[in-house]
Amino acid sequence: MGKRTFSIGGVHPHDNKISRDCRIKPLAIPPTVYISMSQHIGAPAKPVVAVGDKVKVGQVVAEPGGFVSAFIHSSVSGTVKSIAPRADLAGNPVMTIEIAVEGDEWAEGIDRSETLVTAIPSDNKAIIEKIRLGGVVGLGGATFPTHVKLMPPPGSKCERVIINGCECEPYLTSDFRTLLEKGEQVVIGAAILRQVMGNVPCTIAIEENKPEAIVHIREVIAKLGYEGIEVMTMKMRYPQGGEKQLIDAVMGRQVGSGALPISVGAVVQNVATALAVYDAVQKNKPIIDNSVTVTGACAAQQANLLVRVGTPLRFILDAVGGVPESAAKIISGGPMMGRAVANLDAATVKGTGALLLLTEAETRRKPASACIRCGKCANACPMGLEPFLLNRLVKAGDMEALEENAIQDCIECGCCLYSCPANIPLLDNIRMGKGAVLGAIRARAAAAKAAAEAAKK
Amino acid sequence: MTNIVIWTIAIITVLGVLLALVLFLVAKKFKVEEDPRIDEVEKAMPGANCGGCGFAGCRAFAESAVKASDLEKHFCPVGGNDTMAKVAAILGFEVKAKAPQVAVIRCNGTCSARPKTNEYDGFPSCKVKAALYSGDTGCSFGCLGCGDCVEACQFGALSMDPETGLPVVDEEKCTACGACVKACPKLIIELRPKGPRGMREAVVCVNKDKGPVAKKACANACIGCGICVKTCTHDAIVMENNIAYIDPAKCKLCRECEAMCPTGAIHGVNFPKALDKEAVKARIAERKKKAAEAEAAAKAAEAEQSKKEEQ
Amino acid sequence: MIMGKMIISPSPHIHSKDSTRSLMLDVVIALLPAVIVSFVFYGWREILVMGVSVGSCVILEYAITRYLLHKNSTIGDLSAVVTGILLALNLPYTTPWWVVFIGAVVAMGIAKMTFGGLGQNIWNPALVGRVFLLVSFPTYMTTWGAPQGVVDAVSGPTPLGAVQEGLMQGSSVQEIMAANGYDYATMLYANLGGSAGEACALALLAGFIYLCVRKVIKPWITLSIFGTVALTALIFWGVDPSRFTGPVFNLLTGGLVLGACFMATDYVTSPMSVWGGVIFGVGIGLLTMMIRYFGSYPEGVSFAILIMNSFVPLINMAFKQKKFGR
Repeated sequence: MGKRTFSIGGVHPHDNKISRDCRIKPLAIPPTVYISMSQHIGAPAKPVVAVGDKVKVGQVVAEPGGFVSAFIHSSVSGTVKSIAPRADLAGNPVMTIEIAVEGDEWAEGIDRSETLVTAIPSDNKAIIEKIRLGGVVGLGGATFPTHVKLMPPPGSKCERVIINGCECEPYLTSDFRTLLEKGEQVVIGAAILRQVMGNVPCTIAIEENKPEAIVHIREVIAKLGYEGIEVMTMKMRYPQGGEKQLIDAVMGRQVGSGALPISVGAVVQNVATALAVYDAVQKNKPIIDNSVTVTGACAAQQANLLVRVGTPLRFILDAVGGVPESAAKIISGGPMMGRAVANLDAATVKGTGALLLLTEAETRRKPASACIRCGKCANACPMGLEPFLLNRLVKAGDMEALEENAIQDCIECGCCLYSCPANIPLLDNIRMGKGAVLGAIRARAAAAKAAAEAAKK
Repeated sequence: MTNIVIWTIAIITVLGVLLALVLFLVAKKFKVEEDPRIDEVEKAMPGANCGGCGFAGCRAFAESAVKASDLEKHFCPVGGNDTMAKVAAILGFEVKAKAPQVAVIRCNGTCSARPKTNEYDGFPSCKVKAALYSGDTGCSFGCLGCGDCVEACQFGALSMDPETGLPVVDEEKCTACGACVKACPKLIIELRPKGPRGMREAVVCVNKDKGPVAKKACANACIGCGICVKTCTHDAIVMENNIAYIDPAKCKLCRECEAMCPTGAIHGVNFPKALDKEAVKARIAERKKKAAEAEAAAKAAEAEQSKKEEQ
Repeated sequence: MIMGKMIISPSPHIHSKDSTRSLMLDVVIALLPAVIVSFVFYGWREILVMGVSVGSCVILEYAITRYLLHKNSTIGDLSAVVTGILLALNLPYTTPWWVVFIGAVVAMGIAKMTFGGLGQNIWNPALVGRVFLLVSFPTYMTTWGAPQGVVDAVSGPTPLGAVQEGLMQGSSVQEIMAANGYDYATMLYANLGGSAGEACALALLAGFIYLCVRKVIKPWITLSIFGTVALTALIFWGVDPSRFTGPVFNLLTGGLVLGACFMATDYVTSPMSVWGGVIFGVGIGLLTMMIRYFGSYPEGVSFAILIMNSFVPLINMAFKQKKFGR
């Protein structure tokens, strides 16, 4: 079978996987961790501990604040120092539990041994409950609570589970290292996920620039003898790891505007999420740590680190040689979709996958010039949109035309701004317009719902 | 040759007449009957189409005003009372005069007072910036400095001061239309009454952080110490969320709060004389002393009284 | 960290190496073979035309942006250089320098800057300049001097001109072809007479392939022009070979290769989507052939491209690429 990829747009940035040979090393536990209550999409979690409480590693410190929400566990053992708003990496206040670390005592019931547990429990409901209690969220970037994704709405049917091992963002290597070092666990996690979804086939999608991982996972699948799991080699292309793009690439089906992947029978989970599922189901271990790539041409040291959730970013960077003088921007995540860090005192969250250090030359934006109508943005857009047009409409404030031109479909992958030869800040403006249009769509839906209910009465 | 010229003129004349006729008939046929007062009201409006009144433009305002039963919800901030009086006269309403207002920038976190910790490199828009992070300084409430308000102002009343990095309001040009208030993602700008001869006091800070945090981020921040509240003899200042707010309706412009504010977060403008802080402080101290003496005297008198009663 | 400050910007944080300047530089590089060939064929007078054209385009752009529009100069993006080269390639080498200058004034001043500069113009500036000169100074513009360089040839009308003249005098196409001794193989690399840039189709095609390989342009517009011209010519020629010239002749003569490879593919004045580009190309091909067969001018590529330029906004609206999942 030939290498697959998605059908519209995309770009080919240099993959820059300079930290690909660095093994995942556990990072020392910091003296204090700051555990955010907003580590997932949806309602923030509600703290269930009080100041002065003693907590152990893996103990629940906050429970879901709504249906789309997740449990949060202490990543260390120690004393709760404060529960107060604290600046996140963007400098905005977020409710945070501060825990002073004392020793490393784990909560009971967590299997800390290295032994591989291959036997999968047969009760799917129990599995989903374990995933929920383990606070598992999608670690590919969106941090959507996993258990919600595993309970498709009635009437929809899952036909394939896709494990996203594309890691199409340049620089990032934590998923690649996870595939190499924890391949067995990932495959078992995948097997659990496909069983939960009704023994559907499962595809582990890996881009061609990770041949070792492809070979290794194929061997692991053969060794463990699970059926219905295959590895698919993908062409290298950004944003292959985007959920809609990956489904298009693997299954040849396009998820409609505003629809969920399950509408075309797909459930996509990231490699790191599959590992977290394994940990939660087979080992009773909730998400208390995650692997973080520290990289960048100017970084003192390339590293893939296993970091406790809530570790201050400064602590991580100091552990790998500090922030070099030449670094001008620190990004949480990859260079295409990651967020620039405004506050190094912020702490990691479950979804923190990388800290990328870029020099001014690598990242400074060049002054924008006039649009030459080259159409490169439209050719690069993986959603088939026309960024140049949307940019113009956002400036004109024409909401109707924006919605007509599907600004709400934008996945903010950054391909348009990346490819614009005139350096026009297309995505900056489109993001604003998208927010406004989505707001209008939601308001309309709410009004329609209210009207329908009023009509019922 | 002459023939051609004559023919040309004739044809064009006939064409012109024919087309004029068609236009005339079409205009007749599709004429929309409108309340003639709409045009009248629109003429009385300033015609800036700024949207400050909450309508799409002057015409939309006029259309709505003509249908309305009173002018409670209609006020043209640009034309002010004069315009509203004219509109009211056309429509036969009575209208209460409103105090003229002006936009007040409630941030005095100048470049020197607020050390920068980050540098913005995206599209120069406060909205884009605000969606991304809290700002370039330790203060997550203050002005972002990209000038969305300047862009929003249709009257050229706002400009960025490169020295302070903050917007400046030109009171002569400001019509209090409120466009800047809507444009500011940090909700810093407030419309406040201009005050007698333009004199007014305002707390020019919106930092809700606790004192030490606010102070660390910005030397000019309101630290929520409450001295102004205690000083004010007119009950005009309230403290909420670590931020003081002066109620312009109650403020008597005594400038005592301004003199007492430890960080200079209270600004008085258009006063004829510069504020002599020491004099005002002395005055307050004097008054306090007198009050204390009076209190003591009253207590003494009371004690005397009770003694007498005992006797 | 710079002065202890970190840069903050929305994602993405990296950018491709493409810039307006790099794209224009690629176009200049792609035009080099044609330019060099024209120098070899026509000698110092072509160098003079090229120099005046490029020089005045750049100076005019600088002057207009700086002193009339009071903006930062935009000559750094090299688009004026591209316009200058294209204008020169669209003129006969015998054009006097002051006519070239007027062409540059029209191209930059009227066709480009009055619309707001790069990216705003509706019509290809170089073509507007050429057509302006064609209607204003027809004598200079159709006096095709013979190449002076290595190729030994005599002065004469362009093949298209010769055919039109011959047809008007009542000869059949075959007779004209035989009389002039046109040879397709020679026409491929040494097209005698005509504008400087029309001389060597091979040099132009080399540049076109370079642009496609560098992904500066997509080949669809050019290919659809070639295809339409060939197909139209085939049909007419098949019906009456004595009145209509054949497909190969039409592909190789006149400014078709230059126009299809470099003028019609101008970003600003061509549609963005693939299908839009194909429609655009078909339109140019058809119009070119209609003008060649039935028009009073022997050549119609410039007019065809300018006419289709006008339709680009409409084509862009009608032919959008398919949106994902819709």
